[in-house]
Amino acid sequence: MSTQPKRTLTVEERLAANEVRPDRCSHLDLVEPGTCGTCEGRECTRVCPAGTYRWSEEAGRVIIGFENCLECGACRLVCPHANISWRYPMGGMGICYRYG
Amino acid sequence: MTDFDVIVVGAGPAGVSAALEAARGGLRVALLERGAYPGAKNLMGGVLYTHVLAELIPDFRDRGAPLERHVLRRGVSLLSADAEMSLGFRNHRWDRPPHNHSYTVLRARFDRWFAGVAEAEGVELLTGVVVDRVLKDGEGRAQGVAVRMPEGEDPSGGELRAPLVILAEGANGVLAEAEGLRPRPSPRHMALGVKETLALPRETIEERFGLEGEQGAAWEYLGEATAGLRGAGFVYTNRDTLSVGVVVYASDLAASGLMPAEVLDRFKAHPAVAPLVEGGEVLEYGAHMIPETGYDRLPLLFRDGVLLAGDAAGLVSTSPSHEGSNYAMASGRMAGQTAVAAHRAGDFSSATLTQYRRRLEDSFVLKDMAHYRAWPGFLEQNPHVLSRWPAAAAEMAEAWFRVGGTPRSERGAEVWDLFQRRVGIWPFAATAFQMRNALRILGYGKTDKLLEYLARNW
Repeated sequence: MSTQPKRTLTVEERLAANEVRPDRCSHLDLVEPGTCGTCEGRECTRVCPAGTYRWSEEAGRVIIGFENCLECGACRLVCPHANISWRYPMGGMGICYRYG
Repeated sequence: MTDFDVIVVGAGPAGVSAALEAARGGLRVALLERGAYPGAKNLMGGVLYTHVLAELIPDFRDRGAPLERHVLRRGVSLLSADAEMSLGFRNHRWDRPPHNHSYTVLRARFDRWFAGVAEAEGVELLTGVVVDRVLKDGEGRAQGVAVRMPEGEDPSGGELRAPLVILAEGANGVLAEAEGLRPRPSPRHMALGVKETLALPRETIEERFGLEGEQGAAWEYLGEATAGLRGAGFVYTNRDTLSVGVVVYASDLAASGLMPAEVLDRFKAHPAVAPLVEGGEVLEYGAHMIPETGYDRLPLLFRDGVLLAGDAAGLVSTSPSHEGSNYAMASGRMAGQTAVAAHRAGDFSSATLTQYRRRLEDSFVLKDMAHYRAWPGFLEQNPHVLSRWPAAAAEMAEAWFRVGGTPRSERGAEVWDLFQRRVGIWPFAATAFQMRNALRILGYGKTDKLLEYLARNW
């Protein structure tokens, strides 16, 4: 075995392995985008296993990359302000596990 | 006007079992799945306990159930930063059917096959259909579901009618929540699993895990496996892939500042795990919630015209043995049987549906869950059992086995010292006592029974 620690994959590289049928519009939304500016933890940006939520300083809000969503539902539970409007993508769309 | 006798929402183990049982009872069943195919949204670590499946489909092996490997080796490892202390088990008798009813599976494949069996027995499977809400009449009785599917593919006009709806929608239970059957769960009672499916040649897997042919291994890892967060890491062998992942409480993850992929990467890089996963190409990266709500936080399991089954009902074993898919199948079956009984009685009100709860109470599902009802609370009050103590145990083992340095004669004292510093005799005794209560072992509930036990064994 090599002694050099191997570079780990980024989340994006991992997600690239997945089959996704992108929905036309986002199934995720913020109830009140302004709330995220005052949120201390911004748990959604760390807990989401797909990095779907990103805080943008320039935009002053959380940006949602819904195409990455694995539909696990963790964000919905950890948002301290219940500020994430979460529903399932259109039937047949979204993550399509081939192994599961 | 009804379209079906019963509508089942979700084609996972619970939903398919419910649909199959209802169809066998002569009902017209619609099985709705939001994924492009059954299993498209489903993921678990992957050991399927097949004792309920064997009741439903006795010849499931001959009917081509996509099982990966039968579990011959099981084990648990306690990890410190650089050491592993493990307890492994293998039983050659598990090499023969029924293989201890334990097989590794990949859910996207298994669920698709399972739903196919239901379809062949008359269940109408509709895929790519999202259920947005349960339809009700003036008195709040369920009348069917409102569905959403891509334009031009919707012959139903957005509604499907039936006097009974079985919600087997999975861990997130958004419909059950909207129906007021359960509250939105706290992240303290939900675990997040993240998992990679890694490609490796069969021979490599068999060589690394000491397996032959169809034999498989299921290994769990505590302590540093989850960067000290409450949870566990796992490695399961499939035919030519490995299922590797971590499961942690959502609340702990949120408080840790770690990202799930970081926890997974640390696990995969641990010297005890790295040689097992070395060279495995990532075929898929997925995530799923696990309800760890337990018996004392069970939702309402039924309401007029509605039954709740599987993960949506929080029917997961909150105990040191992780079981769920078998609970899902068992609860699905009982929901299906209840649907048949309700149709015979011509009554879909709570008065009839309450027998579903009774069936569950009489089965291993709620008996087990009731038995381990104190376990989730125990883990909440004693997080060190999963966070600090596994690593401490591995360190003590290391101190014991280390060669050179301390003379052998003082080795015991050194380990004891380490134990006192990292664990402590009183915290250990207090935790052990609580653990006994939570697991209901060693004469639980009666002090004289415990004394009797100690007298008999010491």
